[in-house]
This record gives sequence, structure tokens and C-alpha cells, in this order.
Amino acid sequence: MFDEKDVILEARHVSRIFDAAGGRKLVANNDINLKFYKGKTLGLVGESGCGKSTFMRFLVSLDKPTSGEILYHGKDIMKLKGEKLRLNRQNIQMVFQDPAQSFNPKMKIRDVVCEPLLNFKRIRPSEKDATARRLLEMVELHGDFADRYMQNMSGGQRQRVGIARAIALEPEIIVMDEATSALDVSVQKTIIELITKLQREKNITIGFICHDIGLVQSFAHQIAVMYLGNIVEVLPGEDIDKGMHPYTQALLGSVFDIKMDFSKKIESIESEAPSPLDVPPGCPFCDRCDRCMDICRQVHPTLKKVGEDHEVSCHLYE
Amino acid sequence: MALLEIDNITISYGNRPTVTDFSMKMNEGQIISLVGESGSGKTTVIRAAFGLLPGGGKVTAGDILFEGESVLGFSKEKWRKLRGRGMSMIFQDSGAMMNPTRRVGNAFVEYIRTHENISKAEATKKGIEMLERMRLPDGGNVMKSYPFQLSGGMRQRVGIAMGMTYAPKLLLADEPTSALDVTTQAQIVRQMMELREQYGTAIVVVTHNLGVACYMSDYIIVMKDGRIEDQGSRDYILHESGNAYTKKLLDAVPSIGGTRYV
Ligand SMILES: Nc1ncnc2c1ncn2[C@@H]1O[C@H](COP(=O)(O)OP(=O)(O)OP(=O)(O)O)[C@@H](O)[C@H]1O
Ligand SMILES: Nc1ncnc2c1ncn2[C@@H]1O[C@H](COP(=O)(O)OP(=O)(O)OP(=O)(O)O)[C@@H](O)[C@H]1O
Ligand SMILES: [Mg+2]
Ligand SMILES: [Mg+2]
Repeated sequence: MFDEKDVILEARHVSRIFDAAGGRKLVANNDINLKFYKGKTLGLVGESGCGKSTFMRFLVSLDKPTSGEILYHGKDIMKLKGEKLRLNRQNIQMVFQDPAQSFNPKMKIRDVVCEPLLNFKRIRPSEKDATARRLLEMVELHGDFADRYMQNMSGGQRQRVGIARAIALEPEIIVMDEATSALDVSVQKTIIELITKLQREKNITIGFICHDIGLVQSFAHQIAVMYLGNIVEVLPGEDIDKGMHPYTQALLGSVFDIKMDFSKKIESIESEAPSPLDVPPGCPFCDRCDRCMDICRQVHPTLKKVGEDHEVSCHLYE
Repeated sequence: MALLEIDNITISYGNRPTVTDFSMKMNEGQIISLVGESGSGKTTVIRAAFGLLPGGGKVTAGDILFEGESVLGFSKEKWRKLRGRGMSMIFQDSGAMMNPTRRVGNAFVEYIRTHENISKAEATKKGIEMLERMRLPDGGNVMKSYPFQLSGGMRQRVGIAMGMTYAPKLLLADEPTSALDVTTQAQIVRQMMELREQYGTAIVVVTHNLGVACYMSDYIIVMKDGRIEDQGSRDYILHESGNAYTKKLLDAVPSIGGTRYV
């Protein structure tokens, strides 16, 4: 399904190490290699705090990896500066995880939504009102909300303002970080239909961070599973239930569903979560894996092909 | 006497009535879920019950009773006494509620020390313990971090830890697990249910995850356009309700192996 010549963005050996209190080092991303394909969606799932947002922020030049490179149409975006960087920003747009923190609460919705369009001179100031209305209605918000302030919106309304702003520029790549987590499932469905329609029409590439496995598998072409800074599995979206990594399987076992047996206790990983300040030397998941072998404690596994478009980083499958 | 009784309230922002004719009643140890449309007023209702409506919001009709007493006219002092052990809240946007220039630990220690007469060192220890119960690795490091140094779900778990510290009689939880991966979510859901088992804590949980709502609660209220659209037991909502909006919601729940859009 994936063709090398359609790779539009590629992360190569990307790591990010933060300085933490007491001179300690926090490994948020460890040697990440991922490819984004033209017109396709890459879903990124994984434990809270495993480094998903850290990674996606590189794509929009909000942070730089400690090492590694990110190639956009073959060029390292980390090396862009000044006007080139500014122009590049319209090609890759991001919807942030925390809309309340990414916009000035005193800004009118109209201005939030139209700001990038005005910055890149895509519309005239006189067109602001009509444009804002059109975009808001696309995300199922009333056009009159254009006059409201960000701080007077509900959680899910704010998220939709963020989405409207990001799609306004019709970028080549949209990165959405937990962008639908505050939406009711009915509006969420509308949004997914909207972005998949845009994707088909304009061949947009989407990076979608999401905790809802049922949702992400409904439209992602490929899913990458991340654990403690490492990509542990990459597989086609529709095959998520065939995930082979023990962590992927643990995720599948913890999903709440309306068709589940409510008398059974929900499964989870019982053991303590390891700290990114103190990553085990072998496999990052070894301390919590019930199939851990001797080698897992010593040797860090790498991604190996196990099927068509399917890679796993686990000693069980070597 | 009910623990919490909301009696036919109207809540307005400015002159705009946002929630109308809302009533609910709950007893000790009960878990009620509030689900429904984004923007329908779920956050507004529980913030009203907590006496902390955002700017311009006011209860303009009806009454809210906690242990039989109307909270609408409560003084600051009375709220201060009630919050923590009586009632506590996990905010939808825990991250945005944090002061960005203060270390997480300073705020947490201060919170603990307004409720308990203990030393800073003891309060720090208690804070770390609560954070680790929320599956945050290295609670000591989290305490020393500024909010921007934590991930979205880590900030949310700090909020959950604070809300659960004093095993309140009533916990108001606004989308507590929406920023968490499914395994961490499962842990937190269990922890909340253990609060009820051990301390009889009653919980109102606002969630978009109908699976979580059905798993946790005894009773489910569906909201739309500022009103209660439908309500009943889990079995009623899942299998018996003829309400068109409830059905629309249930049909839209994404599930593994379900509808695909591409
Ligand atoms: N600016 C920073 N300084 C120091 N540490 C940071 C910084 N940003 C993130 N971290 C740390 O990096 C790790 C990864 O954080 P990140 O926000 O990428 O996680 P995430 O996978 O997006 O989690 P969530 O699902 O909870 O949003 C966390 O341990 C976090 O504390
Ligand atoms: N401070 C405010 N001033 C004015 N209007 C507000 C304010 N806060 C919320 N509203 C409006 O009140 C309505 C209800 O908002 P509320 O936050 O209670 O919704 P919600 O059900 O929690 O939605 P979500 O699921 O998206 O969080 C929304 O239409 C919102 O725009
Ligand atoms: Mg994140
Ligand atoms: Mg809300």
C-alpha cells in the first residue's frame, strides 16, 4: 500500500533528551524512524508521557531534536531559517493538544481562525467575517461564534476552533494532537468525515495522535505504537487488532467499549510505569512484559519487518 | 436526605440562559455519568455545583443542595471548608488551571497544607505518593517540574491526584481520563471506583467515552442544548431508550473493527 516515492516527510534517528532537575537526563524520544506518505494518515498511539507530542512538535519547528533529522521533501527542516521557515509553516499545520494554552483567551474566535490566512495574505481583511463563518460551520460550530472569545467556549468548542484554523490554510500536512478528545462521538464523527474528505480532495497528509484506538483505526492508513520514547510497532490501521508487540496487545485489552462485559474488571498493566529518567538498558517494555526473556533485559530490540507494512521491535519475533 | 440535589436550575452566562430545567439527585456512593453534546452545558452544571462558575456565569433559578443545605449563598469561608474533604473537582482542563510559573509541587504542597496541619516535608511525601498512585513515574521529579515540562496526560493526572487526595464525599470529575492512554485510563477508572468502595465517595463523571460511562456508573444523564435529553440506567440507555439523540450517540461510538472511513 505504501510507495517509497510517496514519502513526503521522514524522521531519521530522531532523539530528544531534556535536562531534568538534579542534573538528570530525560529521554523523551529515542532513535525514532518514521515515514509520512502523501495523502495518508499516520496514527500515533502510546502511553501518556511516552513522547508523542514531543515528536510531533519537531514537524512544525517548535522544538529541535537533540540528534537526528527530519526531511520534508528530502530537505532537513531543522536547517530552515527566517523567511523560508515562515513560508514552510503554511505547509505543515498543527492542532495542539491544549487549545486553551495555545491561544490568547482574549482573542475573538474570528481572529484566531483567520490569523494564519491573513499572515500569508490568502484573504483580505474584508473577507474575514465570511471566511470565519464558513470555517466554523465546517466544524459544526455556529457562525455567530466568530464574535465570541476563546475563554467563553466549552472544551470541545475550543478544539474545533483549533481544527478550523489548521484546515484554513489547506496545508500539505496537518498534525492533530489529541484534537478530538473533548468532542462527543457524534461531532467527532463529523470531524473525521470532514478531514478524510479534505484528505481525498487535496491529498493531505495527516499525523494523528490519539488515545482512542477505536477511533484512530477507523481512518489511519498506518499506526505507530510508541512506548517510553521508542516506536515499538508500525502496522496498517485496519490491522491494529493483529498487533504483535506485547504493549500493543496490552493497549487492546484496556479499551472500554459499549459492547464489553461490564461485570468483568477492566484489564490494565499492573506494574509501575518506568520513568524516562531511568530507561532500562534492554527492551523499554521489559519490566512490565509478562513474556520477558533474558535477552530482553540486555539487548535493545530494533524494528524488524514481520509482514507487509508491518514492523515490530520485540525479541519474541526474531 | 440526598448528598447532592440539583433542583430545576437555570444557569446563564450574561443574559443568555445556557442550562435550563436541570435536575438531578444523588446519594452517597453513587456514580452518575453526564454525557452528551459538546457545548451542551456539562461543565457548566458541575462547576455550578462546585461554586466555581467561570466569569459571567450565574445560577438564575432553582437550587443546589449539598447534604440538604443550599450552596448558592455560601460564603467564601464555607466553600473553603467544604472543598477538599466535602467536595472536590477534577477540571476538564487541568493543565490550563495550573499556574505556569510555579512548580507543580509547590502548588500541590500548598493545597495539602490548607487542608491539613502538616510540615512541608510530610506534605511533599504525601503529594508524591498520590502522584505515583496515578501511575506517574518518578513523582519526585514531577513535583519539581513546571507544567510545561509535563505532557498533557501527566498534567491531567496531577489534577486527578489533587482531586482524590482527601477522598471527598463528592467528587466532580470533568473528562478525567480523556487525555490518557487506555491502560492508564483503566487504572484511573479503577482508582476512582475504589474511592467509592473504600470511602463511599459519590462521583459525577463527565465523559465523552460512553464505554467508560457505562462501565463506571449506576445512572447516565444525556445532555443536549442545555437540557437533559434522556436519562436512565446503563441497560436502559444502551438497550431500551427510544430517544433519537441517544441512539445517534451510540451509533457514532468508534469501535475496533467497526466502520472505516478510508
Ligand atoms: N519542555 C520540556 N522539558 C522537560 N521535559 C519535557 C518537556 N516536554 C516534555 N517533557 C517530558 O518528555 C516526556 C514526553 O512528553 P510528551 O508531552 O511528548 O508526552 P505525550 O506522549 O504527548 O503524552 P500525553 O499523551 O500525556 O500528552 C514526558 O516525560 C515529559 O515530562
Ligand atoms: N465563560 C463563558 N462565557 C460565556 N459562555 C460560555 C462560557 N463558558 C461556556 N460557555 C458556553 O456555554 C455552553 C455550555 O458550555 P459547557 O462548557 O458547559 O459545555 P460542555 O457540555 O462542557 O461542552 P464540552 O463537552 O465541549 O466541554 C457552550 O455553548 C459555551 O460556549
Ligand atoms: Mg501529548
Ligand atoms: Mg466541558
